[in-house]
Order: sequence, then structure tokens, then C-alpha cells
Amino acid sequence: MPHVLLIEDDMSVRDGMELVLRRHGHEVDAVATGEDGLQLLSRPRGGGIEIAVVDLMLPGIDGFEVCRRIRGRGQLPIIMLTSRGDDLDVVSGLEAGADDYVVKPITGRVLEARIRAALRRAGPVTQTDSDDFAGLVVDRAGLTVTKHGTPVPLPPTELRLLLELSASPGRVFSREQLLDLVWEHDFLGDSRLVDAAVGRLRAKLEDVPAKPRYIQTVRGFGYRFGPL
Amino acid sequence: MKPAGKTAPGTDAQTAPKTAGDGGRARRRLPRVDGLRGRLLVTVVVVALISAVTATALAYRESREAVLKRAQNAAVDDFRSRVEQLVPELDVPTDPRSMARFASKVSSGMRGSLVVVQYRDFTVGSDPSADRTRITPELRVAVRAHTQVSLQRVLYAGKPWLVLGAPVGLGSPSGPGASAHSSGVEIFAVVSLAEEERDTAELVRSVQGGLVPVLLLAAVLALLAARTVLRPVRRLARATRRLATGELSIRVEEKGHDELAELAHTFNETAGTLEHTVGELREQEALARRFVADVSHELRTPLAAMTMVSSVLEEDADQLTPDTAHAARTVSAETAKLARLVDDLIEISRFDARAVSLTVHELDLAEAIRATLAARGWTDQVEADLHPGIRARLDRRRLDVIVANLVGNALRHGAPPVTVTVRAADGWLTLSVADHGPGLPPEAARHVFDRFYKADRARARSEGSGLGMAIALENARLHGGTIEIEPQAPGTGAVFTLRLPLRTDSAS
Repeated sequence: MPHVLLIEDDMSVRDGMELVLRRHGHEVDAVATGEDGLQLLSRPRGGGIEIAVVDLMLPGIDGFEVCRRIRGRGQLPIIMLTSRGDDLDVVSGLEAGADDYVVKPITGRVLEARIRAALRRAGPVTQTDSDDFAGLVVDRAGLTVTKHGTPVPLPPTELRLLLELSASPGRVFSREQLLDLVWEHDFLGDSRLVDAAVGRLRAKLEDVPAKPRYIQTVRGFGYRFGPL
Repeated sequence: MKPAGKTAPGTDAQTAPKTAGDGGRARRRLPRVDGLRGRLLVTVVVVALISAVTATALAYRESREAVLKRAQNAAVDDFRSRVEQLVPELDVPTDPRSMARFASKVSSGMRGSLVVVQYRDFTVGSDPSADRTRITPELRVAVRAHTQVSLQRVLYAGKPWLVLGAPVGLGSPSGPGASAHSSGVEIFAVVSLAEEERDTAELVRSVQGGLVPVLLLAAVLALLAARTVLRPVRRLARATRRLATGELSIRVEEKGHDELAELAHTFNETAGTLEHTVGELREQEALARRFVADVSHELRTPLAAMTMVSSVLEEDADQLTPDTAHAARTVSAETAKLARLVDDLIEISRFDARAVSLTVHELDLAEAIRATLAARGWTDQVEADLHPGIRARLDRRRLDVIVANLVGNALRHGAPPVTVTVRAADGWLTLSVADHGPGLPPEAARHVFDRFYKADRARARSEGSGLGMAIALENARLHGGTIEIEPQAPGTGAVFTLRLPLRTDSAS
């Protein structure tokens, strides 16, 4: 069963979420601070943790910093939990590397759906070839990306986004299509997720992120991979 | 000349103390006749003109009279002495020849004036060709009636003349006027007053010459005076305008101790009071808003825990006793409602704090609205007349909020079918949501965008938070658009129309 790390400082919320997650069959490590959460992750093989749900407002190091440190050490999917839907918080969280965000209060069902979607992204992809795009090699079997021979580590959401985009070079995807394909939101999504993920991908793949070659913006429509 | 000379400086004395600074700016702009400046200018110039003309007229009359009197007296003296001197040479009764001699002798002593001597039917002049009509019948009557020298001023050929006349007395060496009885000889002299007239005319001309500079000076002084009055007035007007636009810290300079300074002082006091009061009100309002925002945020955490736990309760309701199951479902439903209310409160307090911004993307309207309807499971209940191919730059999330609130409202309070119509024209998109319910009573139409307004008091605890329409309107305004209620047509329900510019700037 998926192993969830829950970082939430409020005891009632933490207990409620732990209860819901356990009922959905997850193994849960619930901690109150970012420091404790990072310590759990530093166990061998991350202590078997498969996904992190992180509150943004934390005593000590805050949720943004926790996101950044988790990203710094691995590909663990992160869902950020914000008590405020403020645009600034959401954008900052996404830029810090979160894959998704949920605004409190949230029902157990929605949280569960989001966790499952994030985990699916991290799971195996059913394509089995490898493409070379002018030095950028996307290995669909091994789920690795290398640029001029150098591995580019990508968290699951970004990898999934790259796989979807590069599967049909030149095709324009709207933000809504990408939300549906990558985030599997069957409800009205938030295009900020797409924009933030594209931004992070560009920072890692492009030579000049301000003048992207691989992931191009089609004004008024969305994004496309290439043409190179 | 004297009174005229006095009047012009008099005008100076009135205006001079008020003039300060140069008239450079005053000359740059043409004074408007209906403005304060124009009125002042016209008044001062007219006053100066009237004073100058009156003074000139008085001075002219006096001096002309004095000059003529002197000339007249001189002529009378001359005439009398000349006649006295020559009378002994005249024998009476006389003949025309001696009369002519007499006349020319008198004339030669009087700067060549025309002298006419009359005796019975004879009339002889020093200049036989001269016209004698200048000697009027009235004068002749006067000469016959008086022994004194009679005189009359006449105009002849446009020139002024002095006509003198006297009877020549007999047996008396003292000449005309002194004789005991008349000799029957009458002597007349016509003297030109042209030179005197020229002198007085010269006076008028010199006054006329001086009038133009005086009027110009008056005009300049009036402009200067107007400027000193108008400058503070204009400054006050400018300050008032800025005060009206909300610049409450504006103050004007209080210079001097005149009425204008007093006005400026009053203005400053008013602005100060206003600033203070508005500042207090804003502070209170900000506190109230912060309170709402803080309370809402504080509610979020317990609500998050309650939502989580109540969803567990609801899931297990089937396995509970009926009463407990009912309790569990009620708690769950009420928690969800509370959560939505808190969400809306936070949203509206964000609008109040102006902490909102737009994230605009180009999007297909038909697609976006279909997604909104689909996400809420309304596709079957709502008839969508969506013109294909309308693209707009909007904040998708906020558009979703607006459409969801309008359609939700129509579904809740109106009656099916609910129709959503989207059209675009002239850079604006128009989205109408119409239902077939009873429509809105006028009272409700007025307040439907008010916070927590519920049209039906009996259903006050309905599904909505009571903030939905207010939030929808705020979102529309954020885009530079509006939401209006169409005037109700018979047989239709309420129609809400959203109007948004097709292109919205990213800035909030």
C-alpha cells in the first residue's frame, strides 16, 4: 500500500487526515514539523515513503523550504496543502517543486484522488522506445532523460509532462488537455499547475529558458514540443 | 487738465497696493469676458474711461471759458480804446467816405478785424468784400438798446468769431457807451477767435492723447489686480479638485491676512478634518476587514479537520443506527456548507483588501463554459447556446466562478429551462443566463448583488453562502466588466447578463 508522509502542524487536521488516509489503505507517517519529515525521508530508501503531503504554514522551516529540500534529494511526488488559496502561495509552492496543491478544507475523497493521480504519474509508462531530440534523449522504457549524455533528473510530474508532449512532437496541447493527461484532473483544473511545471522543465532542459526550443508556447492555445 | 490729472493717479492709488509680481502670465492668456478676470478688467477700464472723460470735459469747459473770456475782454478793451481814440475825427452827420476811413482806422488798430460802421442807411466796412451776416439782428437790437459795448459769439464757416457792437456817442470824448445821446452811428467789429479755439482744441487733443495710455495702464493694473486675486482662487480650485479625487493630504498656502487667506485657512481646516475622519473610517474598515479575513483563516484549520473526520462519518453512515446516521450526514453536510461559506468569506475579504490579481490566458469561451457546466454536473439541466470560435483573454478560474454563480443562482431560484447564451461584438463578450422562473421582484433586483442578501427570507438557510453573486460581480469588475439584470419581459424569468472585455490586461 502506498506509503504517505504527512507533514501538518495542527494536531486535529493531522489526526483527521491520518484517519482518512489509513482508511483508504495507506501507510502513514504523520509528523508536525518539516524537520521531522525530512528526517524520516533521510532513512535508507526514504523509509519506503512514496508521496509527501506538506502543509505550507509550518513552525520552523516552512512548507516551501521542505518542498525545495525534497526536490533537492529526489523525485518524490509532493502535494502541498495550503490553508490559503492565495495565488502567491500557490505559485510559490509550485515553483518550489510541488506537483499539485490542495486548499484546506478538503474532503478525504478529493485528497485520495489527488494522491492516486500523483502516484500514477510516478508509475510506469506504457511506452517502450527512446527518442533523441537534438541531443535530448528521452528513454521511455527506463524513464530517464539525458541531455548530451548528462542525466537530467526529473520529478514524476515533469517527466510525465515531457513524455506526453514529446510523444507527439509539433502537436499543440491546450492547458486543459495537459491537465487531463498529466494530472488526471477530471474536475476543473488550474492552469497554473501546467504553467509552473512547464517553467520548471524549461529551467532544466532548455539552453536559454527565456527562448525555449523544446517546449514552446503557442500563444492563445497552449504548448507544443518542437518543432526543433 | 487738473482734475483729469488727479483722476488717473486716483485709479493707480486704488489698484497699486494689490499688484505684486509681474503681469507676464496675465498677458499670456486672453481674459474671458465672462470670467472674474474679464469682469474686473472691463469694470476698471470703464471706470477709468468715465473718470478721464468727465474730468476732461469739465477741464475743457472751464479752460475754454477762461480763454475766451480773456480774449473777449482784450477785444472789448481794444475796441473801446480804439473807438474813443478815433471818434473825435468823425463828424456827424457823416458820409460814407469818412465812415470808411473811420472803419479802416479802427480795423487797423485791431489786428485787422473786420469793422463795420453803420449810419442811417449807410453801412460801410473796413473790408468791403467781407460778408456782414456775422452781425446778427439780435446784436443790432442789443446795440440799439444799450449804450455799452454788446458782444456775441457766432459760428461762421465753421469758425468761432466774436462780434462786438456799440453805438457811437456824441459830444462825449469818452466814446461808445458813455455818451448822453446817440449819434446814430453804430460800429461793429468782427474778431476771429480761431486762435483761442485752436488753443482749447490743443488741450482736448493732448487729453485725448493721454487717454489711451491711461486706459492701457488701467487695463494692465486691472489684469495685475485680477491676477493677485485669481491666483489664490485658482490654486484653491485646483486643490479642491484634487481633494475631490481623494488626495486628502492636499493643503494650500495661507499667505497674508485678507479674505482669500481666510478662505485658504478654512479650506485647509476642512481638508484636515476630512483627512482625519476618512483616515479613522479607513482604519476602522481595515480593522473590520482584517477581522473577517483573520476569522475566516482561523476557521479553516478546524474546518479542515472536521471535513476530514465528517467524511469518514458519512462514509460509514450506512452501518450506523438510523439516528446516528442522520446525525453523521447532517454534520457532514453542515460542515461542507460551513467550508463553502468560509471559502467565500476569504474570497470576498481578498477583494476588499484588493489582494486579488488576474491570471489571464487566451481561451475558447464555449469550451471553458462547457467545462464549468460539466464540472458541476449541470450539463443536462442547462441549455447552452454557445457561439463557437469566440476566443478571449480572461482569467479562467474567475470566469468559472462567475458562470458557476450565475447558473447556480438560476438553477436554485429560477425554474428550468436555464439558458446560457454567449455572444461577442465590438471587443466585448456578452454572456446571458436566463431562467423561466417567476423572475425577480424589483426589491430583490436592487439587492441581489448585496452580501448575504437572500431574496426569499423563508429559505434563508439555502445552499448558497449568500456571497456568490457579490463575488461574481467583483470578479466581473476585476476584468473591467459588469453584471446586470435585464429588465424583466413578461413571460420570462430573470436574465443576468455578464459583459466582459474580450481582452483583459494581466494587471489586477
